[in-house]
Amino acid sequence: MQTVFARPESLATVSTHYCPGCTHGIIHRLVGEILDELGVRERTVGIAPVGCAVLAYNYFNCDMIESSHGRATAVATGVKRARPDLCVFTYQGDGDLASIGMGETIHVANRGEKITVIFVNNAIYGMTGGQMAPTTLPGQVATTCPLGREVETAGWPIRMAELLASLRTPAYITRVAVHTPLHVAKAKQVVRKAFQHQLAGRCFSLIEFLSTCPTNWGMTPLEATRWLEANMIPYYPLGEYKTPE
Amino acid sequence: MAKKLMKGCEAIGEAAIQAGCRLFFGYPITPQNEIPEYMAARLPQVGGTFVQAESELAASNMIYGASAAGCRCLTSSSSPGISLMQEAISYMVGSELPAVIVNIMRAGPGLGGILPSQADYRQAVKGGGHGDYRVLVLCPSSVQEAADLVIDAFDLADRYRNPVLVLGDGLIGQMMEPVEFKPRPPVALPPKDWAANGCKGRKPNIINSLYLVPEVCEQVNHRIAARYQVWEEKETRHSGHNLDSKYDLLLVANGSVARVCQTAIDDLKASGVEVGLFRPISLYPFPIKALREAAARAKNVLVVELNMGQMRDDVDSFLQGRVPVHFYGRQGGMMAAPEEVIEQARAILAGRSN
Repeated sequence: MQTVFARPESLATVSTHYCPGCTHGIIHRLVGEILDELGVRERTVGIAPVGCAVLAYNYFNCDMIESSHGRATAVATGVKRARPDLCVFTYQGDGDLASIGMGETIHVANRGEKITVIFVNNAIYGMTGGQMAPTTLPGQVATTCPLGREVETAGWPIRMAELLASLRTPAYITRVAVHTPLHVAKAKQVVRKAFQHQLAGRCFSLIEFLSTCPTNWGMTPLEATRWLEANMIPYYPLGEYKTPE
Repeated sequence: MAKKLMKGCEAIGEAAIQAGCRLFFGYPITPQNEIPEYMAARLPQVGGTFVQAESELAASNMIYGASAAGCRCLTSSSSPGISLMQEAISYMVGSELPAVIVNIMRAGPGLGGILPSQADYRQAVKGGGHGDYRVLVLCPSSVQEAADLVIDAFDLADRYRNPVLVLGDGLIGQMMEPVEFKPRPPVALPPKDWAANGCKGRKPNIINSLYLVPEVCEQVNHRIAARYQVWEEKETRHSGHNLDSKYDLLLVANGSVARVCQTAIDDLKASGVEVGLFRPISLYPFPIKALREAAARAKNVLVVELNMGQMRDDVDSFLQGRVPVHFYGRQGGMMAAPEEVIEQARAILAGRSN
């Protein structure tokens, strides 16, 4: 019998703790498939964040390092500068990358570290129970903005792909979504490109994934998918924001 | 290599190179800028890498990463910057990673001042960051000793899989003295088979300090604490001056101020007064047994520091009331002069001090 679908070798044979309808599982799988297809699992080091993906070190079947909150790209810098022959990726949420780790994020991109950042933007703090994120949309309700995000006091949500694309240092910066099979297929090509840029020693690469959080958005998975399509994509347009010259 | 006149900071940098360190991550702060500057010039000559980080938070997490990948690496800073590094230091202990961190102390609290101080003694020897942990703390009192201790620090960090802090006051970093790097026999160290550097031919390694199961987290705390017991047995270091004399007063001091005490003791000796000096080199683990032995022969102990008496508190508790413990300190970047120490010593010997 022909195998048409199997778990990538780069993913560990374990169940994850992610909520039903969350897209972390899809994003993990895309990274795992690409590490397999590029044949780099055995020379890859992944950096897990603090946030929903804190346990990612148990889910990827490659060497993993757990970072402190926001510092994943600093840790990745240390690994990559120590061992430029390794394939290094970070996996971070919006609180980790765009709030507490904003300094590290901008500077790792500006130094042009040859690493790949998987950035999962679900517009909320998931692990801590639904607080406002730097990417929470205007009017969106969270436990620390119970009446909805007020841009007068909280500012506007930060568009990380656009912000990082404004840096002069060459980079590959893309925003994708994974809420439909078509988007998943497109996103996989982007993940491949991002790792290829790293492996060729070409540039820093970052992929912003728009992701759902049915649990903390208070929606069913289907409602969450529709909400992402109707609200997140208009504010966070998909596409390539920067490609290396 | 012949003796060379070097600034303390430069000697520290060269010592790291001699120890096989090929990676430096740091952020500028006075009075230790000569360490990153030396490494920026020197590392490329030996195929190494220098990165100027965007902050001490980033620099310390870069050494977390480089160490996790199994490589020797160094960062250095001064007091306010070391406070920012405490996050990564705590994580490195929790993840059982070796690292060498140099703190060239300046005055505090807050922005304080840029002149020499020993105000970070307590932060250094009690752990410094969150969580229940210690780092091994080595304290030089000369440029030569700073260089030697940095080389030792790399071996100790690798042997125990724990950060080692080299704690120098600003004077140690800034003064110039002759220094020599003698060839050292290779030291046998455990293989870094735990490193996250690619899982070819083995199961994946995970570098982590998160233990959500309390029973497991408790075991980890015990495992880490067990090495402190070993340090107390094997890794204490101390030195002294005039300890073979018949002294009534014992001075206890570390770092540059111990040198001041030494001059004071020599002057006193010339006038027929015998005073001893006990100088801890490892501030954690503190050489408690040796201190007790030296103090047992004295009627009084005087602790001299460049802070408000942080080591005095420790000495007091180590001596458990067996000998009266006095204190003299300067703060804020002021250096104690030998005359001040002599005056304090004479007052105690004459029974004029409390």
